[in-house]
Amino acid sequence: MTAVPDDRFFTADHEWVRDPEGPKARVGVTEFAAQALGDVVFLSLPAVGDDVAAGAECGEIESTKSVSPLFAPVSGEVVAVNQAVLDAPELVNADPFGEGWLFEVAPTAIGDLLDAAAYAPLTEQAAG
Amino acid sequence: MPSEPLLSPLDQAHRAAGARFTDFGGWRLPLRFASELAEHHAVRGAAGLFDLSHMAQLEVAGPQAGDGLDYALLAEHSQMPIGRAAYSMALSEDGGVIDDLIVYRLGEERFFIIANAANRAAVVEALTDRLTGFRAVLTDLTADRALIAVQGPASARIALAAGFAVAAELGYYRAVETVWRGWPVVVARTGYTGEDGFEIACPRAAAEVAWQALLAAGGPLGLVPCGLAARDTLRLEAGMPLHGHELDRQTTPFEGGQGAFARPKKVDFVGKSALAARPVAKRLVGLAGQGRQAARAGYAVAIDGERRGRVTSGALSPTLGHPIALAFIEGPAPAVGTAVEIDIRGRPARYEVTKLPFYRKETP
Repeated sequence: MTAVPDDRFFTADHEWVRDPEGPKARVGVTEFAAQALGDVVFLSLPAVGDDVAAGAECGEIESTKSVSPLFAPVSGEVVAVNQAVLDAPELVNADPFGEGWLFEVAPTAIGDLLDAAAYAPLTEQAAG
Repeated sequence: MPSEPLLSPLDQAHRAAGARFTDFGGWRLPLRFASELAEHHAVRGAAGLFDLSHMAQLEVAGPQAGDGLDYALLAEHSQMPIGRAAYSMALSEDGGVIDDLIVYRLGEERFFIIANAANRAAVVEALTDRLTGFRAVLTDLTADRALIAVQGPASARIALAAGFAVAAELGYYRAVETVWRGWPVVVARTGYTGEDGFEIACPRAAAEVAWQALLAAGGPLGLVPCGLAARDTLRLEAGMPLHGHELDRQTTPFEGGQGAFARPKKVDFVGKSALAARPVAKRLVGLAGQGRQAARAGYAVAIDGERRGRVTSGALSPTLGHPIALAFIEGPAPAVGTAVEIDIRGRPARYEVTKLPFYRKETP
């Protein structure tokens, strides 16, 4: 079991988004995702000014063993990218809901989002 | 492949320790216990403990066991001194690699073999077939045994502290049968990490007590339990092949970079004539990149704009801090320093041919 904070929303692909209606929707991956990936060693993120589309691939997250696509939980223009996590991808493992955030979007539309109660069951399988 | 994975005798202990599991070769095994990078660094700096109970443990015994293995496998087993280990392979008739394995001579008429879990059935079938006509009997011990490896510079001190007295004088690539706390065990100074270390084969019923004894003895020296993720990055840094990646039935030992082990043997063996006749179509090379993005198995490799091969294994090297990869290159071998381009999901990345192994431990 991993933590699921109730101050934000989630995708079925294990991203989280805080303040999805803006003006700055902050995006990251969940603790469940971070644990499933293993040690994150490289991130490929959209750049400031890029447009991302809800549900579409917008980057990649690489661990020692795998590469996983990153999906945007909302549509809009990227207004900030977390330079700290680009420099130290291990922040995704150490603090996925805090210092390990990935980027911020000025949202124009939101995708299929789940609240904490709806998302939590998705983290209960494959606990081992 | 069975739908229900086989379980190590240490499965309960791993679950209690919070391991994350993966299916490997038909077995459920720890992928990592906490952080695979921390596990990797522990093995380079101190020691790590690995559960390898999935690996096939076979015995070949009888007056013609050595001669039978000479015919069945690549290396010259009849000439091995007792107590010696040898890297070897089971080849197919056409010279491809059914499996790579380690053969230990435990007695004049007794050999112990550790083979890959995924190839256990194929190796048993090949040996059964090839030993016909020799006075030698094959026994598959896997189901009754466990295999535990302690790897890293602190391994000898840890094995001694856990009561494996033979660890003090056992040389590299040597093995000995001994008794530990009343259990018959085989202790071998072999491994798959590029570090000093031991592999300990014991009865299945002794697995948990041996695992806990090594953990207790090694904890103060920096030993941590390690999963298969760390094992893979460790072996890759050490330039060691993994069957299914650098070796397979479409690849000869020479192509797989293991030609040094394929010294011509006078006696006949399965695959010999094919190996002599078959041209070397590809070569395994080491590649080093910049930045932090790893090339992965299957990615295309080009030299001077021409597609020349593919990556077989790749990772961001935890020890070196840059990406490393093994790759098959068709045609003439490129020289060390040759620039190559790897297609990383549509983006070209510049790598350079480098010497193998990527990492070599400091020799005292």
